[in-house]
Amino acid sequence: MKLLLLNFFIAVIISSLLILLSTLFSKKTILDREKVSPFECGFDPKNTSRIPFSIRFFLIAIVFLIFDIEISILLPLGLITNSIPPILWMTAGGLFLLLVTLGLYYEWKENTLEWIT
Amino acid sequence: MVMLIIYYILLLVCVLISVAFLTLLERKVLGYIQIRKGPNKVGISGILQPFSDAIKLFTKEQTWSSVSNYLLYFFSPVFMFFMSLFLWSMMPFMTGFFDFEFGFFFFLCVLSLGVYPLMIAGWSSNSKYALLGGLRAVAQTISYEVSLALVLLSFIIVVGEYSLEDFVEYQNSFYFIFFFYLLSLVWIVSCMAEMNRTPFDFAEGESELVSGFNVEYSAGGFALLFLGEYSMIILMSTVMVILFLSGDLYFTFFLKVGFFITLVLWLRGTLPRYRYDKLMSLAWKSILPFTLHCLFMYMGFKVVFEVI
Repeated sequence: MKLLLLNFFIAVIISSLLILLSTLFSKKTILDREKVSPFECGFDPKNTSRIPFSIRFFLIAIVFLIFDIEISILLPLGLITNSIPPILWMTAGGLFLLLVTLGLYYEWKENTLEWIT
Repeated sequence: MVMLIIYYILLLVCVLISVAFLTLLERKVLGYIQIRKGPNKVGISGILQPFSDAIKLFTKEQTWSSVSNYLLYFFSPVFMFFMSLFLWSMMPFMTGFFDFEFGFFFFLCVLSLGVYPLMIAGWSSNSKYALLGGLRAVAQTISYEVSLALVLLSFIIVVGEYSLEDFVEYQNSFYFIFFFYLLSLVWIVSCMAEMNRTPFDFAEGESELVSGFNVEYSAGGFALLFLGEYSMIILMSTVMVILFLSGDLYFTFFLKVGFFITLVLWLRGTLPRYRYDKLMSLAWKSILPFTLHCLFMYMGFKVVFEVI
């Protein structure tokens, strides 16, 4: 744990050193209004770019959240193989995995996974 | 302690140098795939090209857009680069740098953090192209992360350990690619999507989004994003080798890593970009059910092995 913390700090130091170097050595120029406006194809941006986006992205994020929680419950399955009897391990793990699979098929049936509706 | 610090810094320096030469390799491979020569002027037949590129990138003018959320915009490349460096601390080497018992837990944790710099870089630059690129990248990365974790889980169930050293030792007598050949293919596809490489590079999408989430970046910020992405390629290739093609950590190990890196570049030269809705249905409707059913199968194998 201490070593990992050490690695963390070394990686932070190296990456901030690089950005510091590039900030120090980069060419300095005067920024005019045209240059600091966000990039658009040849014209000035008219309205704000933080527009409402498609609900599909949000739905995918919700489905991902469910599956990620299920995976984090499944993860210890690899560790306990030697400590409990194999048949019990298969029953418990398989039952939970069956629920996950049925959940996926239910999402599929409810058209949550269709990108174009 | 001091030795470990020196070792880690040395490892990071080597990673950075190999990233520099990876960019040269990519340009050369793409060049010869398209029947031209690639960079061949700087140094002896282009060998010094990456260094001149680096000097040029770091001395260019740093611009920012006046409407961006500046702190987030400035620090998200730093975070991305930091993460790809931090992930290297789990790698097993012959010198026995780290005895990481839960290496793959660490891998999954840090890999799922990889969504944040993409999302924040896309949102905070406050440009329409960057926002769209960021949204696409986030949806794609999180969808493929589910199948990535499940594939990893079925490897882990067979081995019964989370440590990367144990994976290497377990494959002393035979490679996992023969036992897991379909899952290995799924792992390669998921890795390509996770790294935003070319059949699935919707985060960049030059033909539609100019440059995707990094439109507004220049000079140092862009260099850090680029370095982070390429060091992720090397890391993912190393993880691929450890998962299903590694028996030892000697010279051949690094040859295999080189082969997988070249495979990634080769796929970029060969395949056209996929369609976004097809990508999402590939993730959720074919890869995810397939990996779930494979997990059932390998659990059954494990029980059979245990009982016998």
